[in-house]
Amino acid sequence: MVAKDTALRTRDRVARTVLYVVLVLGLLAVAGPFVWMALSSLKPEREIRQVPPTWWPETVTLDNFRELFSRLDFPLYFFNSALVAVLVTVGNLLFCSLVGYALAKLRYPGKRALFLAVLGMLMVPGMVTFVPQFVLVSNMGLTNTYAGLILPFLVGPFGVFLMRQFLQSIPDDLIEAARVDGAGEFRIFWRVVLPLCRPALATLGILTFLSSWNNFLWPLVVATTEDKYTLPVALALYSVGQNRTDYGLLLSGAVVVVLPVLIVFLLLQRHFLRGIATTGIK
Amino acid sequence: MTGASAATAPARPAGATSPDRPAGSVRRRQRLRRALTGWAFSAPFTVLFLVFMALPVVASLAMSFTDLRSTDLRNPLAVNAVGIDNYTRLFSDDLFLRSSVNTLVFVVVGVPLTMVLALAAATALNSGLVRFRALFRVGFYLPVVTSIVAIAVVWRFLLDPEIGLVNNLLRLVGIAGPSWLFDTRLALPSLIVMAAWRNFGFLMVIFLAGLQAVPADLYEAARLDGATRWQQFRNVTLPMLRPTLLFGGVITGIGYLQLFEEPFVMTQGGPLSSTLSVSFHIYNQFGFGNYGYAAAASYVLFVAIVALSVVQFRLLGERN
Repeated sequence: MVAKDTALRTRDRVARTVLYVVLVLGLLAVAGPFVWMALSSLKPEREIRQVPPTWWPETVTLDNFRELFSRLDFPLYFFNSALVAVLVTVGNLLFCSLVGYALAKLRYPGKRALFLAVLGMLMVPGMVTFVPQFVLVSNMGLTNTYAGLILPFLVGPFGVFLMRQFLQSIPDDLIEAARVDGAGEFRIFWRVVLPLCRPALATLGILTFLSSWNNFLWPLVVATTEDKYTLPVALALYSVGQNRTDYGLLLSGAVVVVLPVLIVFLLLQRHFLRGIATTGIK
Repeated sequence: MTGASAATAPARPAGATSPDRPAGSVRRRQRLRRALTGWAFSAPFTVLFLVFMALPVVASLAMSFTDLRSTDLRNPLAVNAVGIDNYTRLFSDDLFLRSSVNTLVFVVVGVPLTMVLALAAATALNSGLVRFRALFRVGFYLPVVTSIVAIAVVWRFLLDPEIGLVNNLLRLVGIAGPSWLFDTRLALPSLIVMAAWRNFGFLMVIFLAGLQAVPADLYEAARLDGATRWQQFRNVTLPMLRPTLLFGGVITGIGYLQLFEEPFVMTQGGPLSSTLSVSFHIYNQFGFGNYGYAAAASYVLFVAIVALSVVQFRLLGERN
């Protein structure tokens, strides 16, 4: 019995060691490129092109970033990205929680049809709506405007689905009690329901902000002049344009795109991963 | 639900309602008020949803049966209905066929690869043998939240034939690395590996949640029966995880069928269209101003996505 126990324990120890080795190698493979990106962005172009490469920068320089922020308009792109992402997030939080509440807790004709339409929309690939959306936005005269960048993303089927599912778990009694106290419907929503939705709102807010910040195809076609570019658009166009092998510039641009998201993610990751595990949507 | 409300609803306003008013009119007014309230909450969303999503879905279908071009936008009368011409043209369009094959390869190889990586990571982290689980989880999830454009920039740098880290590491062990993204045979596989690298963290989180829902006494029972770790995995974990795996497979498949950004930033669809995807082809047709044709191609993609979901549900779901 004792012999068997120690045998088991050694086997456990071996299994554990193997697991750690594999996981650490995996972590290196996944996080390594980011570290490499950050380190290389601090090297002068000459050192970036050196073979064999230096792991740690021999000369640390901020020249790449200086160029992004002075010669190129990265502060403006950053502002555009932030403005669009913030407004899109606010819109989604507000409109999706309103309709999510109605779908979960109110009874009115047409509700079922509305919910089915939302569910159906979850299946539709972006490319299907892409062309008509572009025609629509250009007919409205909104190409190359902030409104054109924001309006098509102000609501989304996913947000409604998430909010409705969450709101269904809120007990009816709370809402009934407020109604008996004579509170108006909107007041009930704002004062009673919404504060209870904080976890769902946090998840939806983070996910919407990220997908807006990283959104690429739509701003690529709607923003036609540089002053309306968002960060990913600017970075993508530099990386396929004449600067395509100007790695110092591109890598530091990538750092600027990734860093805010990274900070948000690391600060809120608990919320984040829990939200994804329960909703199953990124 | 309706029964319960009919029983309780009249009870409340009973004091307020004058007895001479017929109950029917009260109920009708209540119903009207409920409808108004419901739609007041739903209206802002519904308007935006109809204009920017539902309408485009329908418009796209309508467009796909016309020869609409970008130049026709100011002159809608020049647009002709062409029936299914766009669809028949698609299937004799070599580039569309090429892009379909590329996209299929991407899905057929990429989805299983991503799922295996995700399941391996999730199982390892769930085994109870590993500490610092949060660290690994966050680390593996990192690429999921980062912009694909930034990732593409980093990977192009890593895969650069001369100065890239990958080939420099290969050189250390005496292998002359190929020029990954400039080789017609290697470009698509490179994108597949990159996609698996980028997306497995997302599935890992989903699988972890699924694993944690497997009742511990099942493993207990299996262990009492003398099952090895591998047998436990085969006979307890996998069957219990089936719905989660199905879900993961479907959403990864849906995402991969829409492949666009990776080839756009990494290879521009090249070399020689070896990484041209269906979405990229649609985008190019849109760029050429062929709106009707692009819309038809997008509907073919839509049908493929629905079909893939149905097939996967059949394959993985039937034994439930």
